[in-house]
Amino acid sequence: MDILLYLIPISLFLGGLGLAGFLYTLRSHQYDDPKGDAERILNDQWDDRPAPRKR
Amino acid sequence: MAVSACPACSAAPLAQDQVQRALDAQDQKTKITLSLPTIHCSGCIATVERILAHTPGVIDARVNLTLKRALIVTDGMATAQVLAELLTSNGYEAHELDQTMLSQTSSDKEGRALLMRLAVAGFAMMNVMLLSIAVWSGADGPTRDMFHWISACITLPATAFTAQPFFKSAWSALRARRLNMDVPISLAILLALVTSVWETMLSGEHAFFDAAIALTFFLLAGRYLDHRTRSIARSAAEELTALEVPRALKVGKDGIEQVWVSSLSVGDIILVRPGGRMPVDGVVVSGTSEVDRSLITGETRPEFATVGKMLSAGEVNLTGPLEIRATAVGEDTSLHQIAELVAVAESGRSNYTSIADKAAQLYAPGVHIMSALTFVGWYLWSLDLRTSLNIASAVLIITCPCALGLAVPAVTTAASGRLFKRGLLIKNATALERIAEIDTVVFDKTGTLTKGTPRLDHVPTQDRDHLSVALGLATASQHPLSKAIVSELSIQGITPAELSDIQEQAGYGVSALWRGHVVKLGRAEWIGDVSVSQDDATATWLQIDADPPLRFTFSDDYRDGAATLIQRLKSQGLGVYLYSGDSAGAVAKAACDLGIDDFTSAMTPIDKSTAIDRLSAAGHKVLMVGDGLNDTAALAGAYASISPSSALDASRVVSDIVLLGQDIAPISDAIDTARQAQKRIKENFKLATLYNVVAIPVAVVGLATPLIAALAMSLSSITVSLNALRLR
Repeated sequence: MDILLYLIPISLFLGGLGLAGFLYTLRSHQYDDPKGDAERILNDQWDDRPAPRKR
Repeated sequence: MAVSACPACSAAPLAQDQVQRALDAQDQKTKITLSLPTIHCSGCIATVERILAHTPGVIDARVNLTLKRALIVTDGMATAQVLAELLTSNGYEAHELDQTMLSQTSSDKEGRALLMRLAVAGFAMMNVMLLSIAVWSGADGPTRDMFHWISACITLPATAFTAQPFFKSAWSALRARRLNMDVPISLAILLALVTSVWETMLSGEHAFFDAAIALTFFLLAGRYLDHRTRSIARSAAEELTALEVPRALKVGKDGIEQVWVSSLSVGDIILVRPGGRMPVDGVVVSGTSEVDRSLITGETRPEFATVGKMLSAGEVNLTGPLEIRATAVGEDTSLHQIAELVAVAESGRSNYTSIADKAAQLYAPGVHIMSALTFVGWYLWSLDLRTSLNIASAVLIITCPCALGLAVPAVTTAASGRLFKRGLLIKNATALERIAEIDTVVFDKTGTLTKGTPRLDHVPTQDRDHLSVALGLATASQHPLSKAIVSELSIQGITPAELSDIQEQAGYGVSALWRGHVVKLGRAEWIGDVSVSQDDATATWLQIDADPPLRFTFSDDYRDGAATLIQRLKSQGLGVYLYSGDSAGAVAKAACDLGIDDFTSAMTPIDKSTAIDRLSAAGHKVLMVGDGLNDTAALAGAYASISPSSALDASRVVSDIVLLGQDIAPISDAIDTARQAQKRIKENFKLATLYNVVAIPVAVVGLATPLIAALAMSLSSITVSLNALRLR
């Protein structure tokens, strides 16, 4: 059962990673416009290079 | 969706040169929000953003498709009006939104906080559940203790953070010496944690960590659903308010200047253009026009306004520009004072106890007494504090406020979502419950059953020459009656006569020369020589030379679905009344056309309100549907109320439901859905009760293990949610 000593911390860490990721997306307003984001992916304006950062 | 599926986008050439820099530079950076009701695809987003970004003065522009808005940061040089006009000329309808009115929607802090708690609770629940399953499937000895300790390490901080909304609400209820649903919830969570930690310290067999965190998770989900439903409605309602930007044109020494209505003071001269609404009470100092006061009085006939005429805030200027001198501004305007009166009347409705509160009042003392009795009984029988406390907390957990907590929000979310799709905005949390109970519907006429725009209903002659003169004259004017003549005669295939020397005299009518004859279309006083007796119908006159004048009469056009709605309401057995401030003839005609048997005309706002009170006193539960200022008191006093989105802000504020579209028929859907929702909520309560009838005896005799509690909790929550979804 020694394997538990590794597996439990690993599973908690991975779950925590997911949680941290979700909280990051929530804090950076990524759920404010779900419909718009779904449509923006079809826009080919920045296909070759990323948009310049906003001033 | 393919990009090419959006025809509006391809036909939108750039037109930057149309933008003129605004002369009044304001602050360095200003935020502007525009409403874009027609955008719907990625092409629209890209084009709108490109147009805005290439406009001088715009620093940043981003479109939000979910809210159908554009958020623009400018350096103060580009004004909202210029940007809105630019977008509109490119094929995207755009309206300016009042930034100050949007404060609540732009940052939905409460919703985000709830979502964050929900995420943390979900994370903790999954991990604790994994460990619990290991315990249930046979881990024992030190392994089980270790699993319990790990669960404790996850659950204690997680509940301390995520269950805060329940603790806070329970505490404030207790401080006010009341019991709400959150009291048993908080007690169950806390007791479960305390006994579980105690059990773990004594290497006991059962720990309820998973139950505590699962309970929190399910209840947070219910809370979040509830919040979302309400915030969608709130944001849409705010947008309606924000569309009326409180600006006025002030006539100063150096010309006309655009100012905020709040900055106006008594004595200022204000220019009101045709189509504009009076921002303040005032007296006309120059210009002649007609004003539409239907939103204030319910009367459809436009009133003549010239120098010296007193106008009150909220009236709409129809034909010519008017300059008025403000006599009362801000809170002193008659519009505001009536709205104030209403705020007092409204407080009565907040006494309504929702079905959820009623259930909590029964449920909370019930489970507390049950749990306390179990504890006392077991303690007296076994004299073992640990066992007694364990069993008492199991009773609290298993009675599961979970299903009860989801019973109402799951149904109201489903019902509100369904009604929102049909253009009904549920503003008040208890609106659906109250609407389900109504047995009488009272309508206002002008603006509610009717569109508030006139329709030509009597053509005085069949002479095509005369009609084509009338059409020619009407085409030259923007007056609502002229527009009605144009639309009706064009359908009949009349072509406008060739006229010369056309002159519109604002407030009076249009005159011109036709084959050498003077022709006039306008008010009776202006035509002169009108010997026909005046009745109270809305009318305009056509005179050709010295011939006797011809009379065109108008009636108000009915809203789409009005007749269907009345018929459906009557077939449902509801009492239907028409209370209008308009004149007797117009009201009788509308009632007859729509099939309403009970109608009263020429009612003052007070009359309407007392009539509603009389109906209520007779034991009726009244749904009031109205739009004007004269309906506001009645809307506030009725058991439930609905207003169309074209209503005055004061009326929309006191209404439970706002109807977004032009079609009025969805009101009967609202009643149907509300009744169905009420049925589902009651079913949900029955399900929860039934489940408790089975589970409580099991817990009381001490057979409830954490596994049984977890199964019961999930099963009941899922049943209740599924039952709610049947509504769709």
